[in-house]
Amino acid sequence: MNATGIGAAVRRKEDFRFVTGNGQYTDDVTRPGVTRAVFVRSPHARAKVRGIDISVARTMPGVAAVLTGAELTGDKIGNLICGWMIHSKDGSPMKMAPHPALASGTVNYVGDAVAVVIADTLAQGRDAAEKVKVDYEVLPAVTDPAEAKSGPQIHEVAPKNIIYEWSLGDQKAVDAAFASAKHVTRLDIINNRLAPNAIEPRAALAEYDAGTDQLTLWNTTQNPHVSRLVIAAFVGMAPEHKLRVIAPDVGGGFGSKIFIYPEEVVCLWAARKVHRPVKWVAERSESFLTDAHGRDHVTHAELALDGNGKIVALRAKTIANLGAYMSTFSSSVPTYLYGTLLSGQYDIPHIYCEVDAVYTNTVPVDAYRGAGRPEATFVVERLVEVAARQMGIESPEIRKRNFIKAFPHQTPVIMAYDAGDYHASLRQAVEFADVKGFNKRKRESARNGKLRGLGFSTYIEACGIAPSQAVGSLGCGVGLWESAEVRVNPTGSVEVLTGTHAHGQGHETTFAQLVSERLGIPFENVSIVHGDTDKVQFGMGTYGSRSGAVGMSAVVKALDKIEAKAKKVAAYMLEAAEGDIEFKDGKFTVAGTDKSAPWGDVALNAYIAHKFAGADLEPGLKETSFYDPTNFTFPAGCHICEVEVDTETGKTEIVNWTAVDDFGTVVNPMIVEGQVHGGIAQGVGQALLEGVVYNKDGQLVTGSFMDYTMPRAHDLPLFHLGLTETKSPSNPLGIKGCGEAGAIAAPAAVINAITDAIGTEELSMPATAQAVWSALKRAHGVRQAA
Amino acid sequence: MPAVSMTVNGKSVAGDVEARTLLVQFLRENLRLTGTHVGCDTSQCGCCVVHVDGIAAKSCTLLALQCEGAKITTIEGLAEPNGPLHPMQEAFREHHGLQCGFCTPGMIMSALDIVRRHGHELDERTIREQLDGNLCRCTGYHNIVKAIGAGARAMVKSGAPRQAAE
Repeated sequence: MNATGIGAAVRRKEDFRFVTGNGQYTDDVTRPGVTRAVFVRSPHARAKVRGIDISVARTMPGVAAVLTGAELTGDKIGNLICGWMIHSKDGSPMKMAPHPALASGTVNYVGDAVAVVIADTLAQGRDAAEKVKVDYEVLPAVTDPAEAKSGPQIHEVAPKNIIYEWSLGDQKAVDAAFASAKHVTRLDIINNRLAPNAIEPRAALAEYDAGTDQLTLWNTTQNPHVSRLVIAAFVGMAPEHKLRVIAPDVGGGFGSKIFIYPEEVVCLWAARKVHRPVKWVAERSESFLTDAHGRDHVTHAELALDGNGKIVALRAKTIANLGAYMSTFSSSVPTYLYGTLLSGQYDIPHIYCEVDAVYTNTVPVDAYRGAGRPEATFVVERLVEVAARQMGIESPEIRKRNFIKAFPHQTPVIMAYDAGDYHASLRQAVEFADVKGFNKRKRESARNGKLRGLGFSTYIEACGIAPSQAVGSLGCGVGLWESAEVRVNPTGSVEVLTGTHAHGQGHETTFAQLVSERLGIPFENVSIVHGDTDKVQFGMGTYGSRSGAVGMSAVVKALDKIEAKAKKVAAYMLEAAEGDIEFKDGKFTVAGTDKSAPWGDVALNAYIAHKFAGADLEPGLKETSFYDPTNFTFPAGCHICEVEVDTETGKTEIVNWTAVDDFGTVVNPMIVEGQVHGGIAQGVGQALLEGVVYNKDGQLVTGSFMDYTMPRAHDLPLFHLGLTETKSPSNPLGIKGCGEAGAIAAPAAVINAITDAIGTEELSMPATAQAVWSALKRAHGVRQAA
Repeated sequence: MPAVSMTVNGKSVAGDVEARTLLVQFLRENLRLTGTHVGCDTSQCGCCVVHVDGIAAKSCTLLALQCEGAKITTIEGLAEPNGPLHPMQEAFREHHGLQCGFCTPGMIMSALDIVRRHGHELDERTIREQLDGNLCRCTGYHNIVKAIGAGARAMVKSGAPRQAAE
C-alpha cells in the first residue's frame, strides 16, 4: 500500500475549500440579472382550487411574473414520474396518479405548490406571494397509512387509495411452517416517518440562453444525469442535449436529493418564460413541507421457530405510506429494497411478505438513508430479539443458531448473498462491548436507580446498486451501471470523470487514492470531476452505497484500458514488443532489461505521437468505461447499544455503542468510519428523537427544527468501531459499501436495548423520554417504574 | 434605503440595504462572502454563525443595520488567503470533522467561541453541550467533538488568539 493508496486514511482533498468557506453550493452560485422564485403553497391537505387571483401580485414592485398550474399545463409541461414499476399480486400495474409541478385542479398535501412568483429580490417575491389569492374548497383528508383505505379517495386512478398490493415469497409454505412451529413471536411495528433534513436546503438556479436555446440548471441533486433524463424525456422541458444539469457542492443528501422535484422544473420553465435566471432556495420550513420524507410503515410481523430457537419461517404484512404523489423511486423502497432483506443474516427457509402501498394527504415518501433496508432490519432484529427473550435464549446465542454459514446463499426472497462471516462480526462486537461485564454494570446502574439494557442488531443490507438486468426484471426503469472516463493529460496528471456524485462522501479523495495506487502517481496529480452533465459522459449518481462498489469499479475498468494503451505507447518508445512491457509503480519497463520509461514520458509520447504512426495506434490517452455489476453487495455487521434509562423521567442515555462492520475492502478507513458515525446518528435519531407528525387535518405539526428533534451533539456518545473483512466477489476491488450501515443497524439496536432495560416490548419509535416513561408506567405501574 | 457600514474580516465595508435585510444576507449577497450558510429559519442549525465584536452570533437573527460599526469575522476571515489554515480549521480537516461541509463554517466559528468562553482544555461533555446550537447531519458529531478538542489545544501551541482576528 502506498501512503495515499487504497487502505490509507488520507486526509480529504475537498476539505480545504470547506473549512475556509470556499465551497460552492447551489445558493452560492449567482448569475447576472438573477430573479428569485417564491412558491405559493397550499395550506390545506386536500382541497379543490376554485380559482387563483394574481391580479394584485403581478403589479407588485419587482415582480417579473406570477405563474400558475394552468399556465404550466397550457405550456405542455409534463408531469413528474415514478421510475420503478411495481405490479400487484393480481398482476395489475401500480396506480400512478398525475403529479404536475404546479397543482391546478386539486391540491393534495400541505405544501403542494399552486403558483410561483418570480421577482427581482426574495423580499419582493415574498411580499407578492402573500398577495396571490387562492380560492380553496377544503375537502376531507387522510394522513394515517393505516386509515388510508377507508379514507377519502385522493386520486381518480387509485380506488381506496391503493397504489399496489404486492407480495413476495411462498405464502403456502410459510403458512404450513407456522402451523407446525413450536413457538411464534408476533409484533406490531410502526416504522416512524422521518424528515431527511440534509443541512443544506434544496435549491435550484435555472438559466436560459436564447441564443443557443440552451437551459442550464444548478441543482442540489445526487444524480444530475438522471435529473436531466427525467426533465427532458418525461417532463418534456427541453431535449436532453439542450439541458445541462450541474450539481455543484451539495450539502448532504441521504436520499432526499435523488428525486426530481417540482421546484427545479418550475425554475427551468420560468427562466425560459421571463428570459432571466431564476433561483429558488428552500427555507427550512419549506424543506419540512416538501422534501420527500422517509420510512412510514405500519407492519404486523411474525416469526416461527422450532423448540431449539431455529427460525422456520417469517411473515410480514406492511402498509407503506407513499404520500400524496409517487416520488421518483418511491415504489421500489417498500418492495424490492424491503421485502428482499427480510432474511437478515439468517438461514430462514420460508418467508412471505405483503406490502400495500397507499396514497395519503402528506408529502411524498421516498428513499431515505437505507431506504427499505432499515425497515426490514427493524422487523427482523426485533422479532429475533423478542423471540429470544420469550424462549429464554441469550441474544447472541439465538443469532448464532440461525446465522447463514455457507456462501453463496440463496434466500427465499430473491437475494443471493455472495460473501460474509456473521459469526466473526458478532464475536468481535461482543468482545468490544464487554458483554461479559454487562450484568455487573447493570447492578451498578440499579444502585443508582437506573435501568440498564443491552441491544443487539445483526443487520444486512443489499447495496452496490445494482445489476441492470436484475433491477430491470424487477421493474426499474433505468440501468444502474456506472461510468468513468480517465483522461491522462500530456504532462501525466489525471482527471477522472465519474457519473457518481459526492455530497459529503469524499470521492475527490477516495477515487484519487485508487488512481494514485494504480498508476503510481502522486495523489495530488489526480482530480475527480463529477456533477456536470456537460462534462461527464453519463452516470446514475450516488445512493445505495454504490459509488465505491459500482463507480470505482468503472474507474478500475477505465484504468485497465489506460494501462493497456500506455503499454502500446511504451513499446514504441522502448522499441520492444508490447507483450514484454511491464508496468509497476509508475514505470514501464521491458521485462528482463534495464530499459524503462516513466509514466510522464509515456503520457507525453501518447499525445505528441512522434514514435508511432497514427495508423498503428491512435494518439492520446483517454479511456471510457461503463461498468455493470454482477450482483448486489451485502455489507453486514453487528451493532451493540448499551443504554441507561432514568426511571423517573424516562430519559434514555446511550452509554456505549459498538459497531463491527464488514464492508469488504475499505479504501479510506477515516472516511468509512465517518460514514458509520453519521449513519448511526441518523438511526439513533429515528429511534430516540425524530418523528414527523401530521394531525388529522393533514397539518404538519413538526414543521421546523423547533418541533422536529434532530440529534444534537449531546444526544450521542463516542462510537467504538471495528471492522471485519470478507471481500465482495462481485466487483474488482472487493468493496461492499458503507454509507447506510449505521442507519440500518441502529434503530433495532436502540429499541432492543431500551426494551431490555425496561422489561416490556410495548415501545414505539421515537422512544422519547415521555414514551419510555409511559411504557414503564403501562408495564409496571408508577411505583415499580420509580 | 438606509446605509450601513461595518468592518468585515478587517476591511471597512458599506452598503445601502432594505431595513429588513439580515446580516447573513448582507454578507452573502452584498459582500459575496458565501462561506456563511443558511440552513434553517428558526435560529437552530448554526450554519450562519459569525463573530460580532468577537462574540459568536447567528447572522440569520441579526439585522444588518444592527451591526452598524461592528467588527464582523466570518469563516473567510480566519486564515489569510494562501496562508496556513487557522488551527481550528486544520483540526477539522485533520480529524475528519466534516463531510458535506455545509455546517462546517458555523461549527468552526462556534468552536472558537467555545474556546473563548471555556479555554483550551475542553472535555467531551463541555464540547457536546456547547454545540447545542449547531446541527450536523453527516458526522454524528463524533469527529467534530474530537476536532474541537484538538483544535483548542493546537491554538495554544500556535499562539492563535482565543478570539478570531478582528
